[in-house]
Amino acid sequence: MEKVEILRSRIKEVKSKQVEKGDMILSSLHLAQELFENSIPLEAAEAMAEELDVKIERIYEIATFYSMYSTKPRGKHLIRLCESLPCHVVEGPQIEQKLKDILKIDFGQTTKDGLFTLEQTSCLGICGVGPVMMIDGDAYGNLTVESIEGIIEKYRGDRK
Amino acid sequence: MKSMTILFSTDSNSLLNGSRSYAQTMKDLVKEYNLSKMVDVVETGTFGFYGKGVLFQVFPEDIYYSVSSVDDLKEIFNEHVLKGRIVSKFLVEKEKIKPAKRTELKETRIVLRNAGIIDPENIEEYIARDGYKALYNVLRMKQMDVIEMIKASGLRGRGGAGFPTGLKWEMTFKAKDGKKYVLCNADEGEPGTFKDRLILEGDPHSVIEAMAIAGYSIGADTGYIYIRGEYYNSIKKVQKAINDAKEYGLLGNNIFGSDFSFDIAIRPGAGSYVVGDETALMESLEGKAGRPRLKPPYPTEHGLYGKPTLINNVETFANVPWIILNGPGAFRRYGTEKSKGTKVFSLVGNVVNRGIVELPMGCTLRELIYGFGGGVAKGRTLKMVQTGGTAGTFVKPDKLDLPIDYESIKDGISLGSGSILVIDDQNKAIDIAKKAVKFYMHESCGKCTPCREGTRDLYILLDRISKGIGKKEDIERIRTLSMEISDSSFCGLGQSINLPLVSLYDNFKDEFLELVKAKSKNTSNLI
Ligand SMILES: Cc1cc2nc3c(=O)[nH]c(=O)nc-3n(C[C@H](O)[C@H](O)[C@H](O)COP(=O)(O)O)c2cc1C
Ligand code: SF4
Ligand code: FES
Repeated sequence: MEKVEILRSRIKEVKSKQVEKGDMILSSLHLAQELFENSIPLEAAEAMAEELDVKIERIYEIATFYSMYSTKPRGKHLIRLCESLPCHVVEGPQIEQKLKDILKIDFGQTTKDGLFTLEQTSCLGICGVGPVMMIDGDAYGNLTVESIEGIIEKYRGDRK
Repeated sequence: MKSMTILFSTDSNSLLNGSRSYAQTMKDLVKEYNLSKMVDVVETGTFGFYGKGVLFQVFPEDIYYSVSSVDDLKEIFNEHVLKGRIVSKFLVEKEKIKPAKRTELKETRIVLRNAGIIDPENIEEYIARDGYKALYNVLRMKQMDVIEMIKASGLRGRGGAGFPTGLKWEMTFKAKDGKKYVLCNADEGEPGTFKDRLILEGDPHSVIEAMAIAGYSIGADTGYIYIRGEYYNSIKKVQKAINDAKEYGLLGNNIFGSDFSFDIAIRPGAGSYVVGDETALMESLEGKAGRPRLKPPYPTEHGLYGKPTLINNVETFANVPWIILNGPGAFRRYGTEKSKGTKVFSLVGNVVNRGIVELPMGCTLRELIYGFGGGVAKGRTLKMVQTGGTAGTFVKPDKLDLPIDYESIKDGISLGSGSILVIDDQNKAIDIAKKAVKFYMHESCGKCTPCREGTRDLYILLDRISKGIGKKEDIERIRTLSMEISDSSFCGLGQSINLPLVSLYDNFKDEFLELVKAKSKNTSNLI
């Protein structure tokens, strides 16, 4: 089945859990991003607007307002490094530099092979083990300049 | 051998240390040796503190081990579990992790009464510790009598604003409408704060039960928990808890055979700090961009979908069943004159032991940082502490012995979300200021000009100063611009910027001035 069709059928499923009108829109966008490798392409936005019975402007308003969504294509793996103060004071900036060096990209960019997109995020609520980053749904804590390389390698390993 | 219980903390912080796979290994070993009748391996919520390796607790000995490899774990299994010989090299001295002063610390577990003790994914363990008994009792009371109990307890909102909880319940109860909502604000976004996450992951039923109690009290049949989109683990655990509660008839139709029906749904956020504001959260839940609404009308009258809505923070809710079971008087025994009960603090930054601890309101920064926290990390010197989150104030070490509660803002100490950020002398005030403003700039929703443009101007100003191309007037401008933004912004986000910025300015003016003095001769005419 085409991805858009899968999205349509999943949204129908999700919509059945709707309690009040509109309350599943954000969840639908999360779904779309999962299906379309971390971003929301036009075809997905159109499908959502139709299935959810809202104007496409509304989908875009939401997709651009919230930081977890992106309309710009992103890499296969999304790396989100926490930039808030509690991670900053425990040597966050060194981690930031090291990550950029390893990936050879800046924040907001995607590696040439399309494997990683590097982003900054506000506090992820795991500052008990800061500095921290999330790669897709997995969090990594107590990061050191030495430990990041290995973590990134792990994801490079499963390149298909 | 004797029967024993082994507890692994699997909160989000511990998971990062690998606790889940260690717990699994231990379970596998127990199974392999056919010891399931004797040894119980339990995944529980937070112990409150974190070490370098994976920590676990063994009962009945009540000791903690810290291991960093599977071999370590196997050694403990062979020696301790099988032979009853404590392996001292992996032992964690209690004083080190749970400071000896802990009792002196007056650690009080109301909110965290079950966290780290029960398996949060097992509803029966919650029930065994009087879980859902408060709901049972409440369903036999008049609505207003329940509300009077909450009012009498003196409980105030733990989400930052400190509004009296009972009063909010009463206002929503009195709002005339056939449809009402109960909302739990689990959008925890204040940097340095992770207590709501650990409550949700360590004791989700305490929040679910409280929401049902609130629903009964105000006359609502629908509840929503709005959880931060990044809190994948919390969402999973709370969803499981809701499903179990439904299965046990503790949510759904005719709870405990009464006329009262109540259901709860989870909705995830999608990354926006300002959505933590109650009206923005309602916009977001309705499937819109999360920009704050004009108040009044207040949510108690005109909230979610225009209906009367009661919104409380996770921690606020977690107090409720305890208050019902123990009475408002018991609750009032803790805390200060105007701030009753306890507060769950998150201790972060340059401190030896990071983690969460629940202390009575009115405790001091010294108790938190040196008692629970074990002092500044790496033997460095304390430079400042930021209390209450990024939208909180910076204080110097001379304020370590003042009490913290809702009133302490008069001394310049904000309670806010209960985050305590320890900052050592390796950090420059200007870098801290830049990071703080960057947060505001990044999280501004763009609805009003002072916040949208002002935070950017402020960042540019600080950036210039940090690069040594600032002017002397710029320093004063940090303060005046922050005040201007704060005075003219639409919502609590822009309005709070004076707290971090003015306190930084007031405490570290000389340090800022140094930056413009050094370079002012040769570069000031460049711009
Ligand atoms: C910018 C902003 C962010 C907020 N973030 C949160 C939050 O993450 N969690 C929370 O419970 N309250 C937050 N609040 C406070 C809520 O608006 C509201 O006061 C609170 O949820 C009410 O619950 P309480 O009375 O139990 O504290 C925030 C307020 C503002 C202005
Ligand atoms: S103060 Fe900032 S966050 Fe609040 S409404 Fe204005 S622009 Fe949005
Ligand atoms: S500050 Fe980085 S996770 Fe909280």
